[in-house]
Amino acid sequence: MLQKIYDWIDDRIDITPIWRDIADHEVPEHVNPAHHFSAFVYCFGGLTFFVVVIQILSGMFLTMYYVPDIENAWQSVYYLQTEVAHGQIVRGMHHWGASVVIVMLLLHTLRVFFQGAYKKPRELNWVVGVLIFFVMLGLGFTGYLLPWDNKAYFATQVGLEIAEQVPFIGMQLKTLLAGDATIVGAQTLTRFFAIHVFFLPAALFALLAVHFILIRRQGISGPL
Amino acid sequence: MSDEKQQVSRRQFLNYTLTGVGGFMAAGLLISPIRMAVDPVLKDSSAGDLANVGLAVEDITSEPQRIDWSVNQVDGWYESEVNRSAWVYRNDDDEIVAFSPICKHLGCVVSWEGSEQHPNEYFCPCHDGRYYKDGTNVPGTPPLAPLDEYEQEVRDGMLFLGDARPRGEA
Repeated sequence: MLQKIYDWIDDRIDITPIWRDIADHEVPEHVNPAHHFSAFVYCFGGLTFFVVVIQILSGMFLTMYYVPDIENAWQSVYYLQTEVAHGQIVRGMHHWGASVVIVMLLLHTLRVFFQGAYKKPRELNWVVGVLIFFVMLGLGFTGYLLPWDNKAYFATQVGLEIAEQVPFIGMQLKTLLAGDATIVGAQTLTRFFAIHVFFLPAALFALLAVHFILIRRQGISGPL
Repeated sequence: MSDEKQQVSRRQFLNYTLTGVGGFMAAGLLISPIRMAVDPVLKDSSAGDLANVGLAVEDITSEPQRIDWSVNQVDGWYESEVNRSAWVYRNDDDEIVAFSPICKHLGCVVSWEGSEQHPNEYFCPCHDGRYYKDGTNVPGTPPLAPLDEYEQEVRDGMLFLGDARPRGEA
């Protein structure tokens, strides 16, 4: 049945070459943990992406309950945690995944660094990777405020003051982030929410696309 | 390669294994989010308590009168007072009847004698839906069912109303 549906579509729009282009590629022996167990270090990039997928999925579901409003944000998170079946688990996935994604990302960076895989011709992909790292940190920073509890509030207070230390444009940068020159409040929360669920994910998807296209175009770096 | 021995080819076996493992991981990932998303469907709705609507039973006449009261509503993390309305009258058997004003066509609000052309009827202005005094929908007008009736109780001479139920169930 599935085969028939696939054939019907493939017959008309020839999709086989598309997914073959994506899925069919050789995995060199030196990156295959089945040949050399130490090759597991090559998994960190893929694991980072896997955790990112978890973050996207759990985040999408969390927005079914969460409200980015200072009156209701904490209440809605509390309700999700205590009254909704599996709500605790889904928020746990997003909460712990946020840390795991940074850990995986750092391990991936260390592997690329110590293997010298960033060297010519792959310098551009290193740069894209560093941009992804910054976007991830931004996601972590903006997401931290959303539960609107004491920890979130004061952490954001500190983060905004760090932004204020930027020479010349510090004040403006802080106001741009917080939505107000002095208050960390209603406008800050909506801004951080918008940045967390729309702006940074959009940037992340674009950068990930470039990252993956480049790795396919240039191939994995050779053995040490 | 003899066909009898090799029912499952190496490639097929790999496909099944990878699909199985992948499906298992996807299921593990999605089961909690999906359970969380469908939670409102699986939660049993708590039946509301009866509320004092501020109308003494002796003031109920055979002429439907509109009464408004408010109840406490818990909506997830948000609690508020919401307004309710009813049309209350005494029928020919001297029983108190309280109708929900929500039209059974598309949910507008009906009024007793809401149209001058249709005396002695409930009238819905949205699509000219009509109901007789006993709540039955007038045949040929848009509503397909009679008006819902509130659960009711009389305590200390005051009228208490609960949830509106479709007639026949009430």
